[in-house]
Order: sequence, then structure tokens, then C-alpha cells
Amino acid sequence: MQVPDVGEKWTNKINEVTIGATKAEGGTRAKTITVGGQTTLPFMTFEGEIPHKPVIAGYVADTVPEWPDVLKKAIGQEINSPVEWAQKCVKEYGVDLISLKLLGADPTINDASPSDCAKVVEDVLRAVDVPLIIWGCGDDEKDNLILPECSQAARGENCLIGSAKESNYRTVVAICKADKHKIISEAPVDINLGKQVNILLQDAGFDLKDVVMFQTTAALGYGFDYVYTIMERARSTGLKGDKLMAVPQICDVGGETWRIKEAIADEDVLPGWGKLEKRGLLWEAVCGGVYLQAGTDILVMAHPEAIKNIQKTIKRFF
Amino acid sequence: MILIGERVNAGFKDIKEAIINKDGDVIKEWAKKQADAKADYIDVNLGTASAKPEDLCWMIEMVQEAVDTPISIDNNKAVMLKEAIPICKKPPLVNSVTAVEEKLNELLPIVAEHKASIIGLSMDETGSPKTADKRVENAGKIFEKIMEYEMSPEQLFLDPIVMPLKFMQDQAQEILKAASQFSLFSDPPCHIVCGLSNISTGTTQKKLINRTFVTMLIANGLDAVILDVLDEELVNAILTADLIMNKSIYADSYLGAFLK
Repeated sequence: MQVPDVGEKWTNKINEVTIGATKAEGGTRAKTITVGGQTTLPFMTFEGEIPHKPVIAGYVADTVPEWPDVLKKAIGQEINSPVEWAQKCVKEYGVDLISLKLLGADPTINDASPSDCAKVVEDVLRAVDVPLIIWGCGDDEKDNLILPECSQAARGENCLIGSAKESNYRTVVAICKADKHKIISEAPVDINLGKQVNILLQDAGFDLKDVVMFQTTAALGYGFDYVYTIMERARSTGLKGDKLMAVPQICDVGGETWRIKEAIADEDVLPGWGKLEKRGLLWEAVCGGVYLQAGTDILVMAHPEAIKNIQKTIKRFF
Repeated sequence: MILIGERVNAGFKDIKEAIINKDGDVIKEWAKKQADAKADYIDVNLGTASAKPEDLCWMIEMVQEAVDTPISIDNNKAVMLKEAIPICKKPPLVNSVTAVEEKLNELLPIVAEHKASIIGLSMDETGSPKTADKRVENAGKIFEKIMEYEMSPEQLFLDPIVMPLKFMQDQAQEILKAASQFSLFSDPPCHIVCGLSNISTGTTQKKLINRTFVTMLIANGLDAVILDVLDEELVNAILTADLIMNKSIYADSYLGAFLK
């Protein structure tokens, strides 16, 4: 008896987005990274094409994040310098690109100036030769000041810059168009708003083929299932033909995991939960693994062991 | 929703004259207008202007010079299709075939060979069906033949045959029932299409009747429609019905975004 073909047939392809520029392309990166291009859901290689594997961006910040000692120890003293931290991510952890968060610009942290931030961007670009993702500090008003200078400092490097929200997208579009960078569009766990931000970017004259979506990220136990569902729905809708959703997706797993009590508090606070040393990195790795299934293309990760774990998963399943 | 623009049709006086005078600009203009309005196919109908395959091919070429939207060849004669299908740059939609055995055996091999799609009218040699059951029976015959020629369900657009509301008011409900049953034929299902404007023939509220009926059809599985794609309110109603059926994701600017 012939076995019927029950595979899904998708009609659309997710946009391919390339980050970074080599010398020949006007930048100084040793190689570029391309994400997207799928014609099927994650892992379903028998139903369609997955031309580019998901990638890992090493989490780096301009100031040491409020992280538990277990994580700071795992990364080592390099965490105190964005340049050394980025170098360690590339050389020792083998990440595909660097995700630089300018936390220090936050008025409640260091209130770093736009030129200080731009200097960090320049230094990191000089120190490593992988493509770069640049995030503001999350304070819209301050980001509107620092991102233009950072974007200029990275001109020609075809960075991925985040993030464009409903409230600030005009500035981000203007600088990314001027300096030829790619954009992260952000909507907080809201698929309708996510689509709307993409429409706004398009209306402002930015090509959606240069956009990566950020549905924001939730750690396991903190709305993880909501984000998972949104990412999965965005991907399947994109594959069905909605060009506004046929966009690669990014998850900040490192940034989110290490804020929650399960990844911060040791056994003295959470009796019966096991040693934090193991638990925290497992929490990050598990989140990363499941977001791969939801349809993420870029995972921003922090703990070296969690990175190693997800690298193995990607190698094995894609 | 798959929108099939109906305007390059010799039933319209300007198109008929354009065919007779070989005035390609008129055809190109209508092709462009419909493509700008996001038609997924441009229906090309020679009507009574000519019976020559070369005239049909000329019309297709004019459309293809203006836009890269796929063609819906509105003709059911093998001799015409044999000439017209190969010149289409993208796999065309053949409009249409009835549930008549010899007709199916004549047209489906050509359609299958070129990986084209076809509209299957749920009527047979006895004429237009009166009941949902008869429509389903006819559609079933076409579906079976499609399988026989190893075509996939996605290459078939089943048409429940829309009748004028004013003259055959009892038919609308039969059409809706038939459409909902067509979608059960297979998984993934074949497409369900209709020539929408038939419903409002002879009425004083054509546009209102068209857009009311199309939303009801969408609720019953319709996913393709031959229409006046320039009727903005009609297209807006279709986009909204697609949201209500959860076929696309809501965004505040969903109407404006469609035309971008």
C-alpha cells in the first residue's frame, strides 16, 4: 500500500537577512551571517528547505549586568570589558555573531553619553571580526540619542540595530537607512502590534527584507508559552503567505533568563531546586532549545555552557 | 484570498474594441490597474470578439508585457488552450471545465502537463445544478479526475456556480452549502472559487449584494474569487472576512497594508 504524503505544503518563504559586511562589501567583517530563507517550520526538513541554520549571538554589554555570581564567574573577568568579553565569545565559545547591549546608557545605570556608546561600538568592531547586533538601553528617549551615533560609528558594517518600536521607529528607520544597517522590529508579546510595527517600518520606506522581528522574550515560567505561541503563529502565517510576517525572528534568551529567581537564587532560597550552578545554565539552555522549535533564527545567549549545549542541538537537528 | 481580476474581458466594450483594433494599450492599462490593486491572477477572456487562438495569445502577451501577474485563461476549448498555456510565463489558471467526462479527458492532460491549475464548474451536461447535492456530486467527479491525472488538490479551484439572487433566490443557500462541502474533499483542501458578480445580476444594489455574499461564502470555505478587484469596499470586506476566519493576523493598518 502506498503511504500517503501528509506533509504540509507552504506557499511562502521567510525573508533572508544578511548581517555584517566583508571588506569587499564595504565593511571589515571576516564573514557575514545570513538567517531566514526557510520554506518550512523548524526541524521539518522533509517538508521544505532550511537553507540557513539558526545562529547564536554572544551576549555582551558595555557594563556588567546585574547577574548572579555563578554566571559572572563562568564568563570570567572579561565580563568587565566589552572588548575582551566579545573576544572571548568569539574565540572560546565560537558564537556566530556578537549582540552588544548598551546597558550603560540607561539614565538609571551609568547614563553613558552617545559618544561613549559609539566608542564601545567602535572598539568591539575592531576587536572581533564577526557581525554585530547593537541594542540601545531600552529607554526610548535615551536610545534616540545614542543610536544615531552608534549607527554612524558602525557605518558600512551592516549591523542589526535594535529596536524599532511603535514609539520610536522613525528614528531607527532614519539612521538605518542612512548608514545601511538592518533593523530589529519589537512588539511586547503582541502579535497584532508586531505586524503593525512591520507595516509602519514599511510605510516609512524601510524594506521588510532587511528586518528581524523581536516578539520580546520570556524565560521559562514567565510567559514563555505566550511568546512561544506568538513566534510559532508568526512563522506559520509567514509561510502561508503573509509577507508582513515572513521575517526572521530573534530571541534574547540570555538577557531574560538571568533575571528570574529560578536562575538567580540558590538552594538556600529555593530548597529542593538543586544547585544554582547547574540550574541557571540549564534554564537558559532549555529556553533556547524550545525557542528553536518556536521558530527563532537568532538566539542571544550568555552562559558558555548553555551556548555549547545549544550549539550541539543546532548541529544535531538542522 | 486569491483575487482574480475580471476586467480584461471582451464582454466589456473597450476590451472588445481593443481586440478588434489590436490596441494593446487598453489591455495593458487594465492589466496594470488590476495588478496594482493586488490581483493574484488577471483573467483574460476573448468573448465573442474572436475565436482565433492567435488573438487569445496576443491578449495574454499584452498582459504579460505590462505586469508579471499570472494569467487566468478564460476559455474551455482545447485547441485554444494548447496554444495559450505554453506562452504563459507563470503557470496559468484555466477557466474552466465542467463535470463532463469527455471534456475533462480533453483538457486535464494539457493542464497537468504544464503544471497549470483549473477551475472546475460543478455543472454537467444536464446544465446548472439546482441543489447542493447535485453540485457536490459534480464537483466530486471533477475531483476524482484530477486525482486520476495525478494533479494535486491545490491545482483545482471548484466553483459552486453562483446564480442570480433576483431570479433564483433559493439558490444562494444551496451554493453556500455546496461550498462548505467542497472543503471536506481533501486535506489540504482544493481551492473554492466563484464568479461573484453573477449573484447581483439585474439588481439595484449590485455592490452591496456582492460584498455581503462574498463574506458568507468565505465563512463557508471560499478562498478565491473572480471579481472587480478595483471595488475597494468589496476587497476591504474580503480582507475583513479573512481576519474573522483567522486566516490572517490583525494589525491596526491591515487595510492600508494590503495595497503596499
